[in-house]
Amino acid sequence: MADEIILLDFWPSMFGMRVRLALAEKGLKYEYKEEDLRNKSPLLLEMNPVHKKIPVLIHNGKPICESLIIVQYIDEVWHDKSPLLPSDPYQRAQARFWADYVDKKLYELGRKIWSTKGEEQETAKKEFIECLKLLEGELGDKPYFGGEKIGFVDVALVTFSCWFHAYESFGNFSIEAECPKLIAWTKRCMEKESVSSSLEDPHKVHGFVMGMKKKLGIE
Amino acid sequence: MGEVKVLGASLSFFCCRVEWALKLKGVAYEYLEEDLKNKSPMLLQSNPVHKKIPVLVHDGRPIAESLVILEYIDEAWKGYPLLPEDPSERAKMRFWARFTDEKCVLSAWAACCAKGHEREKAIESAQESLSFLEKQIEGKKFFGGETMGLLDLMVGSLPNWIEFLEEHGGMKLLDEEKFPSLYEWAQKFINIPIISERIPTKEGLINYFQGGQNSRHTTGK
Repeated sequence: MADEIILLDFWPSMFGMRVRLALAEKGLKYEYKEEDLRNKSPLLLEMNPVHKKIPVLIHNGKPICESLIIVQYIDEVWHDKSPLLPSDPYQRAQARFWADYVDKKLYELGRKIWSTKGEEQETAKKEFIECLKLLEGELGDKPYFGGEKIGFVDVALVTFSCWFHAYESFGNFSIEAECPKLIAWTKRCMEKESVSSSLEDPHKVHGFVMGMKKKLGIE
Repeated sequence: MGEVKVLGASLSFFCCRVEWALKLKGVAYEYLEEDLKNKSPMLLQSNPVHKKIPVLVHDGRPIAESLVILEYIDEAWKGYPLLPEDPSERAKMRFWARFTDEKCVLSAWAACCAKGHEREKAIESAQESLSFLEKQIEGKKFFGGETMGLLDLMVGSLPNWIEFLEEHGGMKLLDEEKFPSLYEWAQKFINIPIISERIPTKEGLINYFQGGQNSRHTTGK
């Protein structure tokens, strides 16, 4: 019986992109369903009644929610190809820790960068760069966070990179100037088809954020 | 299998989860109580990113964040599995584990702190979160099924914490009538010996917030 995989997603979501990337890494075919977040589908509300959020993966009718939980699920079910988590328990714990760190920090700080001004924005920019520098330290001299191949932390973080242009533009700063190693890593990731086909065009994301700012009445 | 240390704080409901998991696996460990107002060099070195407890140190290698630690414990030591084998059941358990920390814990605290008009809304929100947990435990002995699982350990210290918040904030959250299954599970769970040995109590929390502070240095088994 062929697997039926449906992904409920919203195109600019860096969380949704993580799932697209994991599915691409595993070479899996799936049906992509775009959600209008101002008018959520009955399917989304049924499959994620708790949070009513995307992404949701529906595998043979069963829903899985929360992007990093979905990525781990994909990794466990299709464990024979391109493993994302290492096999050693300590290395796995380190990967989970850093993916959790990305989750706890980057989205909120990024949102503050494009949606606030003045001191609040400056503080967010400073903290954002500090987080990226910490992640650079964790990357070290490895080509990827996963070592020689893309791993769990790469998947968790690289999807934010297509939002960097928007952050830089609205925050008036350069991420590459502060974190050149991290930008080099994003370029290295983008050379892989699974990554380039899963991430959105940074200019398109910029346009989306511009639209959001207008809607929210933010200059 | 190696030297195990737990850096913790006896009133933290994140830390007891780690000790319970080690006890269920039959792992001997040394417990080191941290003074959170004067963090030890060991803690700062073991968790330089967040500088928080709990930290598990196994053979000199530190692991931080309670949920990450619990999954590590489950993978490093066989016997008494904390997560089910089926990937979709594992995903469900991870989902509810995150939900517990991101929604239940925070909304309970928010309900305690809210004032005036905001209070009723905050209490409603906290109870909505609890109603999701109620549905998960309905008809089951433990969140893990017949035996305790990761989710039992995640939710386990919540009832005492909520009791403290209820008294501190003058309100009712874990209503026995509204959440009969959750209430029943809580009463049984906190009286299981390995659980009750290491659980922050309402009295301990009240004492701490009133200015006295409990601290113990113990060696766990």
